[in-house]
Amino acid sequence: MNIHEYQAKQIFKEYGVPTPRGIVANTPDEAVKAAQELGGSIWVVKAQIHAGGRGLGGGVKLAKSTEEVRELASQIIGMNLVTHQTGPEGKLVQKVYIEEGVDIKDEFYLGVVLDRAKEMPVIMASTEGGMEIEKVAEETPEKIVKVAVDPAIGFQGFHGRELVFGLGITDKNEQKNFMKFAQKLFKVYMDKDAELIEINPLVRTGSGEFIALDAKMGFDDSALFRHPEIEEMRDISEEDPDEREAAQYGLSYVSLDGEIGCMVNGAGLAMGTMDTINYMGGTPANFLDVGGKATAETVAKGFEIILRNPNVKSIFVNIFGGIVRCDRIANGILEATKMVDVKVPVVVRLDGTNAAEAAEILKNANIENVIAATDLADGAKKAVAAAKGEL
Amino acid sequence: MSILVNKDTKVIVQGFTGSEGTFHAEQCMAYGTQIVGGVTPGKGGQTHLGKPVFNTVKEAVAATGATVSMVFVPPAFVADAVMEAAEAGIELAVIITEGAPVRDMQKAKAHAVKHGMMTIGPNCPGIITAEECKIGIMPGNIFKKGKVGLISKSGTLTYEASNQVVKEGLGITTAVGIGGDPIIGLSYKQLLPMFEADPETEAIVMIGEIGGDLEIQAAKFIKENIKKPVVAFIAGQTAPKGKRMGHAGAIVSGSAGTAKEKTDALEAAGVKVVVSPAEIGKAVKEVLS
Repeated sequence: MNIHEYQAKQIFKEYGVPTPRGIVANTPDEAVKAAQELGGSIWVVKAQIHAGGRGLGGGVKLAKSTEEVRELASQIIGMNLVTHQTGPEGKLVQKVYIEEGVDIKDEFYLGVVLDRAKEMPVIMASTEGGMEIEKVAEETPEKIVKVAVDPAIGFQGFHGRELVFGLGITDKNEQKNFMKFAQKLFKVYMDKDAELIEINPLVRTGSGEFIALDAKMGFDDSALFRHPEIEEMRDISEEDPDEREAAQYGLSYVSLDGEIGCMVNGAGLAMGTMDTINYMGGTPANFLDVGGKATAETVAKGFEIILRNPNVKSIFVNIFGGIVRCDRIANGILEATKMVDVKVPVVVRLDGTNAAEAAEILKNANIENVIAATDLADGAKKAVAAAKGEL
Repeated sequence: MSILVNKDTKVIVQGFTGSEGTFHAEQCMAYGTQIVGGVTPGKGGQTHLGKPVFNTVKEAVAATGATVSMVFVPPAFVADAVMEAAEAGIELAVIITEGAPVRDMQKAKAHAVKHGMMTIGPNCPGIITAEECKIGIMPGNIFKKGKVGLISKSGTLTYEASNQVVKEGLGITTAVGIGGDPIIGLSYKQLLPMFEADPETEAIVMIGEIGGDLEIQAAKFIKENIKKPVVAFIAGQTAPKGKRMGHAGAIVSGSAGTAKEKTDALEAAGVKVVVSPAEIGKAVKEVLS
């Protein structure tokens, strides 16, 4: 789960991680009020969406008067912001964050992520602030300092020293400020079960302070049960409604841009099914894992969600029954055809536990549009042919 | 022969009396696994499925001599259970639980390593030595005895692969579902040498997926250490970047962890990589002929 910049900064503040002062606004009026409350003569108006690259997309603007704050807020709220992370369809901006101006000397990058190979969190820092870290990693990897921190010992002085010397920060006072900043940020990461924290840019001010100008946080979904305060920050409008609805039924769904709907049990087999469709010359319309506890209701819901996608020309149901019994899936398909108007051909491959009973159920039901397949390859081939209208 | 577990392995179940623990312990016993007892705190002294229940792993190990624990403890408490097993002298914990916090598993695994306990999972189907010992949730009937070792991040792809291998008349020695979480226990790199050393295993199937770099590490290891033929499939060639595909660890972050990168590394190590899981059975037959 991801949160907005203003929410991440709220968390930072609780932990004493320096951020500029700011107030979130839903309307231009609120934006002006926020600017007045913050005082000063320069403000930044920032679109709040869950995607990077907002500045380049025109979602972050500088205002030198409260009139300008109003003008920019009215432009940005309601705009469809397109960045390299939103995809071409962009994202609707519903909120802006009004922040005081900061005296920027130069910009750094600072992030914390899980290093899966080392099996511990790693702090990544770079002098190339403001740039995409992916790009820095590719073009000038020597400019990224990586310091893994074993949670068993926590953030120690030597971790801080590796960071400041690695970044070439030489001033004693600045070194101290940076180390404190990193230490507090690491505590945020651990305490909140974060999956990722990114500050890009982290700025050094003229007076040698370090301030988080931006903030991005993502959390481990499996740990949300112990963080109701984070769960409360969830912005449903940032999530794909189909994926969200699927999740409520225990289905794992990801929409893709192909033509063949997929309903599979198990994440690996679901990906493998997509790959096989591709291999047979078709294109998958979605990833859908019905999970280990599929019922007639969840299968029907799966069909409903798949069929909402107007590009779907055929559906491939690929189940290898282990814990999931095939007869239950077969009954689910029967139920689904009663509950949802399934207009496209459905290729069904049921193997494993109770596959014979399942085949019998489907055969006896004799539903139009349902095509039986013997194995994965056969099913994928038939689904591709059906999508092309050749079956 | 086989790896890690066989008909003599004594197994306890943590989370024994819960609905999942009960159902699967029963299935494992029916398969022939020596389930010698279980642990449910507060229910010590009771009998469940005809086996003794203990309050702690320490008591269970002392009374039964179990060396392996099958863990069905709910996600919020699973790290605690695994660390308890490690300190009680369990040699291998098979963690079936899905949805464990990453932070917790990091801590639990580090503790397991410190105490010399191996772990499999979490979020995995478990381990099975064909026709001898099933410790997990896989449908046992698919795994017929044979000469192919299997290592997989995915449950259903393990069943798919085993089914094909069996249909080719080859069968399985041991199949290990290592799980698809960001932090897992035994991985390809630790399991490959075990299969290499197992005289009955003649070929190895490894099934990976997008995300992380375990398959890349495996490729390096295979190149230098594995003589037996290896067939691999990497799921997620058609998965979009930045999207989590069901498994918590199955995500391409930036340009790292793609199926292509892993496929290339494995091919360079002499592994036969198939582009569809439908080809696994045939490929194994081919490398063995």
